[in-house]
Amino acid sequence: MRYLAARSVEEALEALADGAQLPVSERPKLVAGGTDLYPALGDRPMRNGLIDVSKISALLPVEAMEEAWRIGAACRWSDLIKAPLPPCFDGLKVAAREVGSVQIQNAGTVAGNLCNASPAADGVPPLLTLDASVELRSVRGDRTVALSDFLLGVRQTALAPDELMVAIHIPRRPTSARSTFLKLGARRYLVISICMVAVMIEPDADGKVALARVAVGACSAVAQRLPALEQRLLGAPMNGLALADLVTAEDLAPLSPIDDIRGGAAYRLVGAQELVRRALSSVAGG
Amino acid sequence: MEDQATLQSAVSFNLNGEPVLVEAPFGERLSESLRERCGARDVKIGCNAGDCGACTVLLDGAPVCACLTPTHQVADAEVETPAGLARIDRYAQRLTTAFARHGAAQCGICTPGMLASAVALLRAAPSPTLEEVQDALGGVLCRCTGYRSILDAVVAAGQGEELPVAISGGVGAASARVDGVAKLSGAELFGDDVAPAGAPVVKVLRSPYPRAAFTLGDLDAFIAQTPGLICVLTAADVPGENSFGVIPGFEDQPVFAESEVRFRGEAVAAFVGEAEAMRSFDPDTAPIEWREASAVMTITEACAAGTPHLHAHASQNVMCQGYVACGDAEAGLAAADVVVEGAYSTSFVEHAYIEPEAGFARVVDGRIEIASCTQAPFMDLEAVARILDVSPQQVRILPTAVGGGFGSKLDLSVQPYLALAALKTGRPVRMAYSRQESMQSTTKRHPAEIRLRIGATSDGRVCGFDFEGGFNTGAYASWGPTVANRVPVHASGPYYIQNYRARSRAIYTHCPPSGAFRGFGVPQSAIAQETLFDQLAAKLDLDPLEFRLMNALDNGVRTVTGQSFDTGVGVRACLKALAPKWRVARDAAQAVNAARVSGRSPLRRGVGLAAGWYGCGNTSMPNPSTIKAGITPDGALTLHLGAVDIGQGSHTVIAQIFAEAIGVALHDLSFVGADTDITPDAGKTSASRQTFISGNAARLTGEVLREKVLRLCNASGEATLEILPGSGRLQVLDGAQRHEIALREMPVDSDGYALAALESYDPPIKPLDANGQGDPYAQFGYAAQIAEVDVDMTLGLVTPVKFIAAHDVGRAINPMLVEGQVTGGVAQGLGMALMEEFIPGRSENLHEYLIPTIGDMPEVETIIIEEADAHGPYGAKGLGEHVLIPTAPALFNAIRHASGACITRAPATPDRVLAAINAAREA
Repeated sequence: MRYLAARSVEEALEALADGAQLPVSERPKLVAGGTDLYPALGDRPMRNGLIDVSKISALLPVEAMEEAWRIGAACRWSDLIKAPLPPCFDGLKVAAREVGSVQIQNAGTVAGNLCNASPAADGVPPLLTLDASVELRSVRGDRTVALSDFLLGVRQTALAPDELMVAIHIPRRPTSARSTFLKLGARRYLVISICMVAVMIEPDADGKVALARVAVGACSAVAQRLPALEQRLLGAPMNGLALADLVTAEDLAPLSPIDDIRGGAAYRLVGAQELVRRALSSVAGG
Repeated sequence: MEDQATLQSAVSFNLNGEPVLVEAPFGERLSESLRERCGARDVKIGCNAGDCGACTVLLDGAPVCACLTPTHQVADAEVETPAGLARIDRYAQRLTTAFARHGAAQCGICTPGMLASAVALLRAAPSPTLEEVQDALGGVLCRCTGYRSILDAVVAAGQGEELPVAISGGVGAASARVDGVAKLSGAELFGDDVAPAGAPVVKVLRSPYPRAAFTLGDLDAFIAQTPGLICVLTAADVPGENSFGVIPGFEDQPVFAESEVRFRGEAVAAFVGEAEAMRSFDPDTAPIEWREASAVMTITEACAAGTPHLHAHASQNVMCQGYVACGDAEAGLAAADVVVEGAYSTSFVEHAYIEPEAGFARVVDGRIEIASCTQAPFMDLEAVARILDVSPQQVRILPTAVGGGFGSKLDLSVQPYLALAALKTGRPVRMAYSRQESMQSTTKRHPAEIRLRIGATSDGRVCGFDFEGGFNTGAYASWGPTVANRVPVHASGPYYIQNYRARSRAIYTHCPPSGAFRGFGVPQSAIAQETLFDQLAAKLDLDPLEFRLMNALDNGVRTVTGQSFDTGVGVRACLKALAPKWRVARDAAQAVNAARVSGRSPLRRGVGLAAGWYGCGNTSMPNPSTIKAGITPDGALTLHLGAVDIGQGSHTVIAQIFAEAIGVALHDLSFVGADTDITPDAGKTSASRQTFISGNAARLTGEVLREKVLRLCNASGEATLEILPGSGRLQVLDGAQRHEIALREMPVDSDGYALAALESYDPPIKPLDANGQGDPYAQFGYAAQIAEVDVDMTLGLVTPVKFIAAHDVGRAINPMLVEGQVTGGVAQGLGMALMEEFIPGRSENLHEYLIPTIGDMPEVETIIIEEADAHGPYGAKGLGEHVLIPTAPALFNAIRHASGACITRAPATPDRVLAAINAAREA
């Protein structure tokens, strides 16, 4: 098997199961958009077989289920941008427009962004604020894992060698839920984040925060929620400046940024705190 | 679809509306299949990582990077390439017209990707806004234009602009480029586009370490056991000198390292193999034993006591030094009422042209022919002859279109490997650098460590200036000596400085060779000088523009090398042109900031200014260009274009000058070249010299040819020529008289011309003495720019919002091309100032190394100043480099104006800007 244009999930799973028997270096790789696969290959030749899941119709749609929204694993960023979705997805859609470029959005998939497990994956912070889980399937069966449990570290996930991510599940939220996403980078397009922040907030009937979720990316091996801050925001009035003023440096304790070519660790913390303030401010409004 | 037995299968899809069946290996990138199996070389490969967008094609209507698309994924799909679109798509046709009108294709390497992306946009949104165009084209990098002409062209195409622009007009006309059509149709052939499919391929084995000794293993056995490999090349295969360089006496870089390497990416061997086999060949699998040693990567390390020397001839790793002094700098500083000083550092800057180095070579009648992207065909010819130990007559260089150069394609890259491989195999061979190879192994802008003290008297006159600059020249000389010589001449900026001393040193390190990059060290020194000028002005309580005008050079005022010009010193005119706009922008910033303070906005507007100058041509060295033209017996007037047009438009400018001089219309000309067999040496495309020097040679050639024609029929100087290609006649109208020259009846010269002229021009210069006194250049270009920025005071993020750029070009031969140079230069200055930092071993790709995208370049208002030069053709001066020099200091001065932050390190990334803001708050 050198190239399988899988027509069904089952066909892909069987190929994966066969491949899992092989030594790691000889296993076929999954491909959908190719936007992470080929850059990682660099100038070296492609030695592995490919299982192309991009044409499996069952994996394509974004669907409204009774309890949750379901993003198929072959859904590309540009499909997501076009999908009619409630306001709680606004943050994810903003992130989608920030993924690389139009060319990348037209090929790369949301699920691939998760499986690639980059610390700077644009999709992760908004999906964490949406409390997303991922559905993993193999010939052995099906399991659903919280996104925060799926991402284990830099380029590390809970995906078993014979498993395929088939969908991302996002619990439904009231239409009052609002969300946003902010990314800090040194240029406008095609930029890897210095840091990024996603926020989702639900107001109650009295105009107070009933639910708050805040996640920060590119400041730790895996993007992190900020539970202390989320807790403190509960019950606060839905006023942007008031919410922003609740953010403290201690709230960033879950983060562990590194120094790299894009910025120092200390700067990343300053940037993350400011982006959290701005995201809260913008999502809560004046 | 799959084939168990083989590693490839056929895939069928529609290519530009026609069904195709392509046999390709599994996993092959669509870009490779389209170029090599479908002949679609209009699809360009710039990075193979989705970072540059040059390979953009439409897949079922949606723009994607073909380099990230497995060929087998497009089965049954519709694939449209830029050339196909240009042929049949009505939006593409509208776009190509608009691109030509706006000068939106310079080198043309990004143009296919831009056009494909823009077609997809117009199909979805026929009249897009500027922001929609930015979003749609954000994934395609351009290094030449500064994007604004592209933005304007797409917006105009959306508004239905369909007026074609003619190739017409003499000096002063905004003619379309004479070489523009191929760049827009996808037909232009760059370095990797000329080889026949299937030609054997050369791949280089490079050092993974900045410093290491090595022993090659049994390469013969390796060749024998690797299917498809034909041969290997090492230092033992170099018949002549295993060294090259660009300056006589500084040929210190080996073609192949012999026992030790001095930078990561240095070549140690090259493998030649059959095309199909080389697609999956990885040179790193070759047998070689590396012994890594500790490397010196910075000037400080290289100059420290006890540091080993990279080269035996360079004690303390000092490759060369430069020195200019006049008056007494120390005394001047001692007498100053106000003194400012600063220490500055800048980074390696990568040229980041979108076309990696590539070419094709073959042996024809015992001579070696090399077709490759280059800025210096005759220098290539001589260097290759030296390496091959053959006479220069045995080498022919056929420059291809150049997908951006900016200085780095002056040096050899692929040429020696191609030549050696073609000779050893006796077959045509090709090679193209990968993005990583290109970034690892080709030259960079020198990182600088600069200390500068400037003193002024209380009346605002600069009275003392002491500059010391160290330049990290990397492992080999390249153009380091030029940088060391140019900087002390230019470090004063375009000002009168009575007491001046400037010392420069180029220091060897285990970094990639630093070489020529737009400005040869002057952009670095200008950062120090122009930002300290702002500090001086502040201490003297003078307006920065007024302070500069008080000290600016003028006609008859001597420079720091003791040179003075009777005419053409244009810096005052540049500053004066900016003055009213400067006051408006500063006042506007004040109003904007007042509103932002009350609105609790973290943004602050700042407006900064900087000036610059640049000597056109080589520094105190002969520098001739020769231009030939002839009239064929058929009646065609042919201009030999030996100067390489790297996108800046020299073909068009030289043709306009020639047409003006001979007195014909631009569209009457036909062109040949460049080709070292048929085009005389017009020198290298560097040092802002083509408009000035080759332009002058073209002017002289035109005048002489015109004189010959007029003399034949005894016509007056007022006569007009009528070119009638195909007629065998040349018509001369002299008042009421009509003369006809029967060309077919005339004897022809060795080029087959009935009438021809060949003239040279070498600018008048004088050597510099031990104190750097003399006339290093026959002319300088001058510039001043205003940068307006927003600084995010909490995040340190700098957003340029507008540039106003005044450039003295003496005479604008083609105002559209002038604007293109200015906007593109500003974009490179912006990148150098705010984001570009090459770190050897770390940022060897275009996602770690950031250059500006279409969303990063604000509007540039260009003001063309024409202070005629005494020597330039029709008064024209060079422009290619002073477009960039004021940009970074203008931005840094704007940042300081907005935030108080003093920027002393380039690039001013957000974390550095925030640190500088905090430091200013504490001070």
